[in-house]
Amino acid sequence: MSTLLAIFIYLSTLVFVVGLLQRIRDYAGTPAPLKIPTTPAPTTGGGVVLRMVREVVFFESLFKGNLWTWVSGWLFHFSMLLVVFRHLRYFTEPVWGWVDFIQPFGIYAGITMVAGLLGLLARRIFVERIRYISTPSDFLMLVLLIGIASSGLLMKFVGHPDVIMVKNYFLGLMHLSIRELPSNFVLYAHLSMVFTLLLIFPMSKLLHAPGLFFSPSRNQADNPREKRHIAPWAAKLESEK
Amino acid sequence: MADIAPPAYRTFPIIPELKPGAMEGKGPFVAPDKINEALGFPGHLEDDWHDKAIAKMGDLLSRYRSLKVYMDACVHCGACSDKCHYFIGTQDPKNMPVARQDLMRSVYRRYFTLPGKLFPKLVGARDLTREVLDEWFNYYHQCSECRRCSVFCPYGIDTAEVTMAAREILDSVGYGQKYANEIIGKVHKIGNNLGLPGPALIDTLEGLEEDVKEATGVDVRFPMDVKGAEVLLITPSADFFAEPHIDSLIGYAKVFHATGTSWTLSSMSSEAGNFGLFIGNYDQLRTIAMRIRQAALELGVKRIVVGECGHAWRVAYSFWNTLTGVGDGADPNDRFAQMLQKQLDHRYKQPSHICEFTWDMIQDERLVFDKSKNDKYVITYHDSCNVARGSNMGGYPGGQFDIPRNIIRAVANNFVEMDSSTSYERTFCCGGGGGLLTDDLMDVRVKGALPRMEKLQQVKDEEGVNFMACICAICKAQFTKVLPIYGFDRKVVGGVHQLVSNAIQLGVK
Ligand code: HEM
Ligand code: SF4
Ligand code: SF4
Repeated sequence: MSTLLAIFIYLSTLVFVVGLLQRIRDYAGTPAPLKIPTTPAPTTGGGVVLRMVREVVFFESLFKGNLWTWVSGWLFHFSMLLVVFRHLRYFTEPVWGWVDFIQPFGIYAGITMVAGLLGLLARRIFVERIRYISTPSDFLMLVLLIGIASSGLLMKFVGHPDVIMVKNYFLGLMHLSIRELPSNFVLYAHLSMVFTLLLIFPMSKLLHAPGLFFSPSRNQADNPREKRHIAPWAAKLESEK
Repeated sequence: MADIAPPAYRTFPIIPELKPGAMEGKGPFVAPDKINEALGFPGHLEDDWHDKAIAKMGDLLSRYRSLKVYMDACVHCGACSDKCHYFIGTQDPKNMPVARQDLMRSVYRRYFTLPGKLFPKLVGARDLTREVLDEWFNYYHQCSECRRCSVFCPYGIDTAEVTMAAREILDSVGYGQKYANEIIGKVHKIGNNLGLPGPALIDTLEGLEEDVKEATGVDVRFPMDVKGAEVLLITPSADFFAEPHIDSLIGYAKVFHATGTSWTLSSMSSEAGNFGLFIGNYDQLRTIAMRIRQAALELGVKRIVVGECGHAWRVAYSFWNTLTGVGDGADPNDRFAQMLQKQLDHRYKQPSHICEFTWDMIQDERLVFDKSKNDKYVITYHDSCNVARGSNMGGYPGGQFDIPRNIIRAVANNFVEMDSSTSYERTFCCGGGGGLLTDDLMDVRVKGALPRMEKLQQVKDEEGVNFMACICAICKAQFTKVLPIYGFDRKVVGGVHQLVSNAIQLGVK
C-alpha cells in the first residue's frame, strides 16, 4: 500500500509541476494586444505591484463585490496557507524555527479553514444565483477540500497516526526511497485527496491562482498615451503597410 | 415605443430572483449578406460554420491573453453575478456576467481542456451546436461591454472581452449583428457612423454659426478641413445633428473661440466612435482609427482633441497609440506614425479629451463664466461606463472622475452626486452601449436602464435634480429615448459642454 500511494504521489506531483509550468508558460507567451486595465488603475509599474499585493493578500475586488463570499473565501485561503506552512515540518529536518513557531496556530487554522469552506458551500447550495452557475465540479472541489481538512483534523484530535513514521515516509520520498507508512485509513484518505487536488490543479479552475497574475485588467499600468504598447502580431500589421 | 413598459423600481435594492429564459429570442437583427460581405466576413452561416468557429476560437485564444486567462480562471464565486444592469433589469440568469461568460466557457472546456473532453457533464462543458450558437448571438448582444463586472471580480475577469471574442467568432462565420456591421460599413464608405456626407456637414455647421450668432451676437466659427489649424477635433457624428448632442458641440466651439484656439473638423474623418471595438475586431478597430491619423497628417494639426463620447474616448485614450502611433514611441519603420510624432506638440497629451482641454483653460483663467446662467438646473453627473472604467483623464488615477465634475462646478452652482454605489468606477451603463443602441433591442435597453433610473429618481425626489450631465453620445441618445418611458422629461439629459455653453462669457477676455 505504501508503494502504491508513493507512485500516485510521484505521478500527481509530476502532473502538477509540469502542467502548471506549461500553463504559466502558455499565459506568459500569449500577448495582450491592447491596454485594458480596469479602474481604479495605477499609472505606474510600482502601482501595479501594490494593486496585485492588495488583490492577493486582501482579495480587494472580492471585498467590494460580496462581503459574505469575501469573509468565507479569505478565511479559507489564509487558514489553508497556515496549514500548508505547518505541514512543512514533514519535509524538513531539522524543522525550521518559524515552522515550529506556527504549529499551534496551524491547528486552529484547520478549524477555520473548514468553517470558511462550509460558508462557501452553503452559498453554493442556498443562494439561487450561485446555485445556478455551479457545476458538479464546483461542489466536488469544495467537498474535496472539506474532506482534506476534516480528515486532517480527525487525525489530530481522534486517531493519531505515528507522525515520526509519516515524516520518515516523506523524507524518504524526497530521496526517491519508499519507506513504510502507518496503515491508518484516515491517513491514506487524507493523502490521496491531497494529491488528487494537485493532480487536477493544472486543468481546473484552481488555475485562478496563477491566472490572477496574468490578468491584463489587473496587471497593466494605465499609461497608454505615454508609452506605446503593441503586441508582436499587431506590430506585423504595421510593417505590412 | 409607447408599448414598452419599464420594469418597476426596486423598493429595496435587493437582488432579483431568477427568471430563466426571460430574454430568450430578444436579440438584435441578424446582418444580411451584403452588410457582412462589405466588411470581408462571410455573408451568412455556411455548412462548415462549426469547424470554422472552433478554429477562430483557437486563434483568439492564442492572440489574446485576456481571453485565455479569463476562460481558465473563473472559480464561479458569483461576486459578479448581481453586478450587471441587464441582469438586474431582466432577471434572466444568462445575463449574469459569469453565466454570460459560461456560454463560451462551456464550449472552451469541451474543445480545449482535458477534463471537458473526458467528463463534459462534470465540468459543465458542451458541444458547439446550432442552439448554442444562437444563444451566443442572443446573449452576447445583451452585453454593453461596460466592464462593471470586471471591477468586482477577484481576477478582474472582464466579460466585455469575452463578449467581443464571441462577436468576432460570430462575424467570422457570417452571423453578424446588423446594426454594428452596417455602421462600420458607413464609416469606411463615408467617414462617419451616420453616413453624413461632407457637403451636408458643412451645411449643418454654417447653420450652427448663424444660430450662435443670433443667440450671442458673436461670430463663433465651426471650421471644416482647415489646413494648419492647431487642434483637430474628432467628435461623435451625433454631435452634428442630434439633440442634445449638438449643444455640446456648440460648447466646444465657444471654448475654442474664447481661448483663441485655431481648430478644425475633418470631413474625411468625421467620427470619434469606433464600432470596431464593439465587434472585437482588431483589424476593423485599426482601419477605422487610421482615418484619424490620415486626417491629422493631411491637415497638419498640432493637437488631437476628442469630443464627448464614452467608447470613443476609451478607444482614443487606451488604443489609438497602440493602433496608430499617435502618442509616444512609434515603430521606427512606420513612416506615417513617425511623421505624426514629429508633427504633434508633445507638451500636451495626445490625444486629449475636450474636458481636459477645457479644464486646462479654466485653470489658466482663460475662460469667464456666469454661473447663474445654469441656476435653473439642479445638476447631477452620470459617469459614462467606458470613460469611468476603460480610460483616464489628466494622467493621474481618478482624473476621469474629477475633471468633468470640476468643470461642472466651475460653470454651475447646483451640483449633487447620485448614490455612490452607482457612480465613479461603480457606475451603471446607460443601457445602450456596446453596439446595442438600436431599436430592435429596445426591450433590453429599457430594462438595462433600470438601475440608473432608480438612482436618478432618488436625487430627483430628494434634491430636485432636473439635469443629468454626461460625456457620451450613446448615453445622451439612449437616455433621450428611455427617460420618457420612466416618466422623466427627455431634456433631463445633456452634455457637460452644454452647461459650459450656457455659462461661458464670450468676448470678455
Ligand atoms: C495566489 C493565490 C490565490 C489567490 C489570490 C486566491 C484567491 C481566491 C479568491 C479571491 C477566490 C474567490 C472567493 C472564494 O470563493 O473563496 C478563490 C476561490 C477558490 N480558491 Fe483560491 N486563491 C489562491 C490560491 C488557491 C489555491 C492554492 C487553492 C488550492 C486548493 C485555492 C482554492 C480555491 C477554491 C477551491 C476556490 C473556490 C471556492 C468556491 O467554490 O466557492 N486557491 N480563490
Ligand atoms: S460588461 Fe457590463 S453589460 Fe457586459 S456582462 Fe459585464 S456588467 Fe453586464
Ligand atoms: S467574479 Fe470573477 S471569478 Fe467570480 S464568478 Fe464572476 S467572473 Fe467568475
